[in-house]
Amino acid sequence: MKKSTKILLGFLFGIIALFWFYPFIIVIINALKGKRGIFQNPLWFTRDFTFSNFKTAYQALDFTSSFFNSLAITVASVIVITLVSAAAAYALSRVKGPFSSILYYLCAGTMLIPFQSIMIPLLSLFGKVNFLNRTSLVIMNTGLSVSLSIILFYGAFQGVSKTLDEAAALDGAYPFKTFVYIIFPAVSPMTGTVVILNAMKIWNDYLLPSLVVNKDGMYTIPLKMYSFFGETNSQWQLALAGLVLSVVPIIILFLLLQKQVMTSVTEGAIK
Amino acid sequence: MLIKKHQYLAFILPAVFFILLIIVIPFLIGIYYSFTDSNGLRSSFIGWKNFEVLFQDSTFLQSFWLTVKFSFVSVILINLVGLVFALIVTRHNNRLTKSLRTIFFMPNLIGGILLGFIWQFIFTSAFQAIAAAFHLDFFKGWLSNSSTGFWGIVILFVWQMSGYIMLIYISFLNAIPKNTIQAAVLDGAKATQIFFFIKLPQLAPAFTISLFLTLASSFKLYEQNLALTNGGPYRSTEMISMYIYNTAFVNFQQGYAQAAGIILFLCVTIVSFIQLALSRKREG
Repeated sequence: MKKSTKILLGFLFGIIALFWFYPFIIVIINALKGKRGIFQNPLWFTRDFTFSNFKTAYQALDFTSSFFNSLAITVASVIVITLVSAAAAYALSRVKGPFSSILYYLCAGTMLIPFQSIMIPLLSLFGKVNFLNRTSLVIMNTGLSVSLSIILFYGAFQGVSKTLDEAAALDGAYPFKTFVYIIFPAVSPMTGTVVILNAMKIWNDYLLPSLVVNKDGMYTIPLKMYSFFGETNSQWQLALAGLVLSVVPIIILFLLLQKQVMTSVTEGAIK
Repeated sequence: MLIKKHQYLAFILPAVFFILLIIVIPFLIGIYYSFTDSNGLRSSFIGWKNFEVLFQDSTFLQSFWLTVKFSFVSVILINLVGLVFALIVTRHNNRLTKSLRTIFFMPNLIGGILLGFIWQFIFTSAFQAIAAAFHLDFFKGWLSNSSTGFWGIVILFVWQMSGYIMLIYISFLNAIPKNTIQAAVLDGAKATQIFFFIKLPQLAPAFTISLFLTLASSFKLYEQNLALTNGGPYRSTEMISMYIYNTAFVNFQQGYAQAAGIILFLCVTIVSFIQLALSRKREG
């Protein structure tokens, strides 16, 4: 390839990337302005420059509380999902039989069901016994995520030689001990994948939390952002500052774990 | 057998419990619901009536066709953009392509609600400013009618999903042996020939995966729809998920909404079986 074409292509890719990234820039620029600056020119910086939106938005979003609600719900759900699905997948990969195949097909089958097709009965079921809070949200997240996680773990456990199990059994370890100390640590890359996929999904989820924990003191970040957005109607500088606050933790985490996140996302899609 | 029966049960029962409680039981109740006139408090069995009414309900039909149209357009665009991105970033392996990968993927990290707000700002404020500065009518009044509302959701969704689909194409492109391409280059193959005769055939499984992943997620789209247009103006950009939500939790016609939910399930299932059949055929 000629040098001039190469430079031209590089330039073109640069433009595309800039264009793709511009929505992030525009949000940050306008979060740093007053109402007037946004009105004058939302596309770039104006003389109107301020940091005060962040403070106002932080307080209005009750950010500390929504952040920790989101964090607690995500961490609790991910831990339960990982343990429950790893245990089940281990048993499935080691014991062949009708029961194992039934569970495997149950997982594959339930993955087909869109959440919108079960949300009404699910809500009325939990509503009837008055059990709509952060705990039940964790239970629901688990139920909705174990199927895919089991299938992911199942593939990983199949790759772990059974001679490991046998050696441990000869040494007198019970299956539970073998699982916890030998087999589960052997699939830690897959554990990383399961954790990342579920954490991303649950942290960003809006629909389910809006039905289950839509009350004072239990708001997650997406929930609070939605109601805050309604309240700040036409006060874009505050809404955008809130957006920046909500997005920054995820972006930082992503930049730290970039490679792992991208591998996990690919694995979750292809398997 | 190393694992005894009671131990086996201890390993799998928690998972079975969660799947039954959260998915299977609600799903079965849901099938029953779809044959009732439940409003959340009372309900009585009314047979197929919900389905009969649904197929004459213009709001439902409109949201259903909108969803089909939306899925069709966004599946094509997302896969096109995703594939082009994948080809761009696999040309070389250097710092530039690595940062491009990061940038293309980044929108996928953000939840649907936040994405909707970001683009609402762009379509209203930023587009308005562009329209005023360059006297371009094209950028005027986005999201204020059904067609710009529709394309607004498409653009948002393409921005969100292309980087994700790019990763799938990358992993298949990287699986093509380097020496195959080198041999083709030695034989004097042009870049376009390499693409059409070597890369494209190897990408066939990636196409199936990506097409159906995007299809399934565009069929279920809700949060982006809610935060960007909220179905407006006049429910003209309301897709099927939002229709189900509003019918069930705003109008309290839960039996009726559940019937629409069952139709959504059937659509997703049919699509998935077509995918399964296609990939079996290729492997077989």
